Amino acid sequence: MTTVAFPTAESEDIVRQPSQAVLLLRYLRRNKILAIGLAVLLLLVLFTVVGFLVINPRDAYPLSVPTKKPPSWQYPLGTDFFGRNMLAAMTVGMWQTAVIGILAGALGTFIGVVLGFVAAYFGKGLDNTIRTICQILTPIPVLLIQVVIASSLDKRDVTIFTMAFIVVMLAWMWPTLVIRSQVLTMKERQFVSVAKLSGVSDFGIIFKEILPNLLPFIAAAFVGQVFSAVFASFYLAVLGLGPLREPLLGNIIWAAQSQGAFFNGWWWWPIEPAVAMILILGSLAFIIMGLDELANPRVRKSE
Amino acid sequence: MANLLELKNVSKVYQRGLISTQATVALRDFSLTLNEDEPTILTVAGESGSGKTTLAMLLLGFISPTMGEIIYRGKNISRLGGRERLTYRREVQAVFQDPFAVFNPFYTVDHLLSVPIKRFRLAKSKTEARDKMEEALRAVGLRPEDVLGRFPHQLSGGQRQRINVARALLLKPRLLIADEPVSMVDASLRATILETLRNLQRDHGVSIIYITHDLTTAFHISKSIVVLYRGSVMEAGDVDRVIKNPQHPYTQLLVDSIPWPNLEQRWGAQPIKVREAVAGSEGCPFIGRCPHAMDICKTRPPLFEIEPHHTAACFLYDKRPQLAPEKLSEVLPV
Amino acid sequence: MSATVAVGPASTRTAVPAAMVATATPVLRVEHLEVTYYTDAGRAKALDDVSFTLAAGQKMGMVGESGSGKSTMALAMMRMIKPPGRIEGGRVHVGDTELMGLDDEGMRKARLNKIAYIPQGAMNSLNPVIRIGAQMADALKDHTRGQSKSAIQDRCAAALRSVDLDPGVARMYAHELSGGMKQRVCIAIGILLRPEVIIADEPTSALDVVTQRQVMETIDRVQDEINAAVILIGHDMGLMAQFVDRVAVMYAGRLVEVATVREMFTDPKHPYSRALIASLPNLENKGVFQGIPGLAPSLLRLPTGCAFHPRCPYGQGELQRTTRPEEVTLPGGRKVTCHLYDAEGVKNG
Repeated sequence: MTTVAFPTAESEDIVRQPSQAVLLLRYLRRNKILAIGLAVLLLLVLFTVVGFLVINPRDAYPLSVPTKKPPSWQYPLGTDFFGRNMLAAMTVGMWQTAVIGILAGALGTFIGVVLGFVAAYFGKGLDNTIRTICQILTPIPVLLIQVVIASSLDKRDVTIFTMAFIVVMLAWMWPTLVIRSQVLTMKERQFVSVAKLSGVSDFGIIFKEILPNLLPFIAAAFVGQVFSAVFASFYLAVLGLGPLREPLLGNIIWAAQSQGAFFNGWWWWPIEPAVAMILILGSLAFIIMGLDELANPRVRKSE
Repeated sequence: MANLLELKNVSKVYQRGLISTQATVALRDFSLTLNEDEPTILTVAGESGSGKTTLAMLLLGFISPTMGEIIYRGKNISRLGGRERLTYRREVQAVFQDPFAVFNPFYTVDHLLSVPIKRFRLAKSKTEARDKMEEALRAVGLRPEDVLGRFPHQLSGGQRQRINVARALLLKPRLLIADEPVSMVDASLRATILETLRNLQRDHGVSIIYITHDLTTAFHISKSIVVLYRGSVMEAGDVDRVIKNPQHPYTQLLVDSIPWPNLEQRWGAQPIKVREAVAGSEGCPFIGRCPHAMDICKTRPPLFEIEPHHTAACFLYDKRPQLAPEKLSEVLPV
Repeated sequence: MSATVAVGPASTRTAVPAAMVATATPVLRVEHLEVTYYTDAGRAKALDDVSFTLAAGQKMGMVGESGSGKSTMALAMMRMIKPPGRIEGGRVHVGDTELMGLDDEGMRKARLNKIAYIPQGAMNSLNPVIRIGAQMADALKDHTRGQSKSAIQDRCAAALRSVDLDPGVARMYAHELSGGMKQRVCIAIGILLRPEVIIADEPTSALDVVTQRQVMETIDRVQDEINAAVILIGHDMGLMAQFVDRVAVMYAGRLVEVATVREMFTDPKHPYSRALIASLPNLENKGVFQGIPGLAPSLLRLPTGCAFHPRCPYGQGELQRTTRPEEVTLPGGRKVTCHLYDAEGVKNG
């Protein structure tokens, strides 16, 4: 691979790199997985936004509209046994899933970044403590614990926020360990030594030198956390442990199941949330795979 | 005459293993004094494992000595407090070997120059900072407009290393540790970079410790030289004398292996002896590869004075007067 | 030289006696090789009409600044250029085989068998979790179908002995070896199948001076043993002086001068070669630093006419600015690509 060096004093042309936007689009063309993931996610966001413009959120709750109606022009996604407008329910449900996902994701990532940095940069005792805690908590069967906790809560206390919290509780260890190992590598790099020689303080090094280089990893960890959160809230809700009043996608399926929706011919009721969930999780998974290719230059197919 | 730098019997030992500890002596009983009024260029030469990198890390305060003291302008560097520490940082700088590794890939190359300007308050305004950066870049033969605002991967290795040297120019330290500054740079650019370093010493009074394994460039740029092998001084003195007339078998091997760009000067007159016996920790470290090894070499040879400004640690010269390690600096001309 | 694309052991090929070298046809013929890189910022011509020949047993050094095309040259000959780079034309003849015309399978067999490449930093690319012997056997994978394990082991042991390493090294891991030993392992891998051409790209750049000499002496010895042609890519003219027979100088993707090593050091013709030789430090000129002014041009925006003209003391004429110089063969056989010379010698003083 040739190194592109710069022109001599006489030549007037300076090599211009094309604009950032063009580079981004070209990159997306090469990294198709990331492109697909982002595209589907964008569509889902669009659906939610448009949804909120056309429906009345109150219709997402029981006894709002005539029951058990199949999809039609008036009710594009049909209605369910309890009298919920499915379009409204899906819209509100997607929004709530997003809230849980982002909240839990951000919280998990934040804890991971803070603990990971502290452990790696300050080392020794702090590092040992944090690492040991992570290593003890990791093998704990998450599903089991989540189910136990969720089912022991009073039904009225279960809101989407408690869901988010339950989900985060056992999810923060992985980003902590990943960020920690990245910081460990990075702090040995020579630009950190040079920063020290330039008089930068420890915190300066953490925030200004190391952290910016970890943004791809932090982004990947964030998407990973969002994925786990969305997935966890989904299966907890499917098991009937979610905030039952809310039209969370998992709840809808649980409700449909409990009323024997398939046997009664109300196929649209469980299918719609299922498809939505597959699209959400799928697009997040694709984004994770795409980011992996971005953050790890050796996996990159181009160049 | 105040001393800029004093190393007093500095040793660095690494312990490995929890149960059966194995000690590696990276640097053994090393003493050196640099004078504040006589800026000089001193070469510390050796292969990998010789201790030269350890010495650099010690001088820059990244690691602390196991024994001995490092005194910078009268103060022990491991005991510096806040403001003094910042002054020390400002006055002792480095140019490293790898032109790419010193840049933070997230930022443009300006970052390398702007951060120390800010931290050491070298400029009172953004314009003044920019001016200083441009001046330093021009001094190393770069056009600021070609270089500022670019990312490190957009520039060539030679340009990056020049920016590194520009950083040193900008900071005008009192002591510059140059750790293999030209070994990863094209041969055609080496001359320019070495000349810049020499100008730093001559015109700006910067003392430079030039660390390398390349005796050719050492010969050209420095006045005095210390040859290290496995943490101990093998030979030291005026660079002309040591390279043109090496006395220690190790130095002779080094000089003999230099690939001179001269068809009449062939390398390889002395065959390379493969290491036989493993050197015990008590004897001469070169014993395993030395064609002249004798029984007495199982004890550590002291420094012997060969001639003024030339000393070697080898029992071949045991008839000559001995030199205490603390007096090493007397052999090094400025 | 017997040379079909060999499937199976190459040990049937015997070393050509030294007396035949002078009259042998060149074992390596590179003709009009062209490589272009299609990047986001434009097209860069990394190799521009590069041609040269090399006889068996000869050593050629290829020098030039970073970005001049020397490593690209090696990759192109091995057909290892990856997108966005593309080989646009040219032929590479090794013995009787023309490499550009081979299909993928044929080329895979030709690599290591007819032409071996020891890349820059090879010693750092040794797999840290596999033993050396296993890595060597791995390199032979495409060439040893149907051979017994002990035959493969014998071949590896022989290669290790050729580079002055104990065959027991095959049982060790990379981290247990010193830098010089690792590099010699890489050379051993390169000569496993006794290729006709060996390309070594900066084989000693990270090594200290004594180990460097050891490694170069090893390459010398190994080359004598199998009578291969060696291309040494580097930028250390000192190393060239001590090791090679001929020197090729590259600038901005073109070969600007090819001469014997004595000619290059005593009487370089191309102004760039002259500047390179003049900048070399030696024992006599202490303290004199003569660098080359200016910077190597970007391959994306080459100067018009002669690519070196902005930095050349003779580069200010109309001709240099507008016309691309062509290669001329001077009396005595050496080649220069410069407006100063035509086939009779110096043209314009």
